[in-house]
Amino acid sequence: MIVATLAFYLFAAITVASAFMVIASKNPVHSVLFLILAFFNSAALFVLLGAEFLAMILVVVYVGAVAVLFLFVVMMLDINFTALRQGFLQYLPIGGLIGIILLIELLLVVGGWTLAPEAVTAGFEPVKGVAGATNTEQIGSILYTNYVYLFQAAGMILLVAMIGAIVLTHRQRPGVRKQVIADQVYRRPEDSMAVRKVEPGQGI
Amino acid sequence: MEIGLAHYLTVSAILLTLGIFGIFLNRKNVIVILMSVELMLLAVNINLVAFSSFMGDLAGQVFALFILTVAAGEAAIGLAILVVYFRNRGSIAVEDIHHMKG
Repeated sequence: MIVATLAFYLFAAITVASAFMVIASKNPVHSVLFLILAFFNSAALFVLLGAEFLAMILVVVYVGAVAVLFLFVVMMLDINFTALRQGFLQYLPIGGLIGIILLIELLLVVGGWTLAPEAVTAGFEPVKGVAGATNTEQIGSILYTNYVYLFQAAGMILLVAMIGAIVLTHRQRPGVRKQVIADQVYRRPEDSMAVRKVEPGQGI
Repeated sequence: MEIGLAHYLTVSAILLTLGIFGIFLNRKNVIVILMSVELMLLAVNINLVAFSSFMGDLAGQVFALFILTVAAGEAAIGLAILVVYFRNRGSIAVEDIHHMKG
């Protein structure tokens, strides 16, 4: 139990510290790397909560796809980041004030709130997976039965996002010769060949 | 000392506040603003998973999965818009983006 407690405090502290460094570091590449660290430690928190499947999905999707996409864009675009940091201190007081007020409000909500024991069982039927199965099997069993339409809709969202990203960033470059298969298929012998009668010893 | 639901909710609240604070702090840098949005979505996911774990209800984890899907799509579309915008204007300063209207 003491190990789990220490692990929680370790992972939570690293998550919060790296999240602070995401917004405070000067170089956006460092921001992305701290974002990856925050995602890894949140995945560890998910493991502590018993949600192993979501922890692995967090590592695969966020670290493997989203953060690397951020890193790719930050390094690909040739941006003067020092100019973008002008006014950093100008927005610090108002941003800090709003952040502290929000944090105090949220902590008051969290601190002054208890879960009534009868609320867990009275109001609704909790969705439970197969007893004794692993977390992944349980999520799979309810995701493909209770939430199958939402699952399909999530797939459609990803498809639309993929098509949208391709349509937005794709551009036709002038001066690039591409293979046009239809032209090759519809090419006829008359278009490209001619039979000439050549007299002996003369040439064309 | 037992780690309860309130501990996880506190971590999530701090993460959400840091995300909002980051939007205020880096008002000119769209990339850091997108990263702050990702932090806020992560805070929401921690909330959902913590409630799901402590109340024994797996629906929260399924919802967190869908939020992850939407966050991935949002990051892809946002960064694609950013790349196109940078290609057209040569800058990603937030002050210039209001020229996109119309």
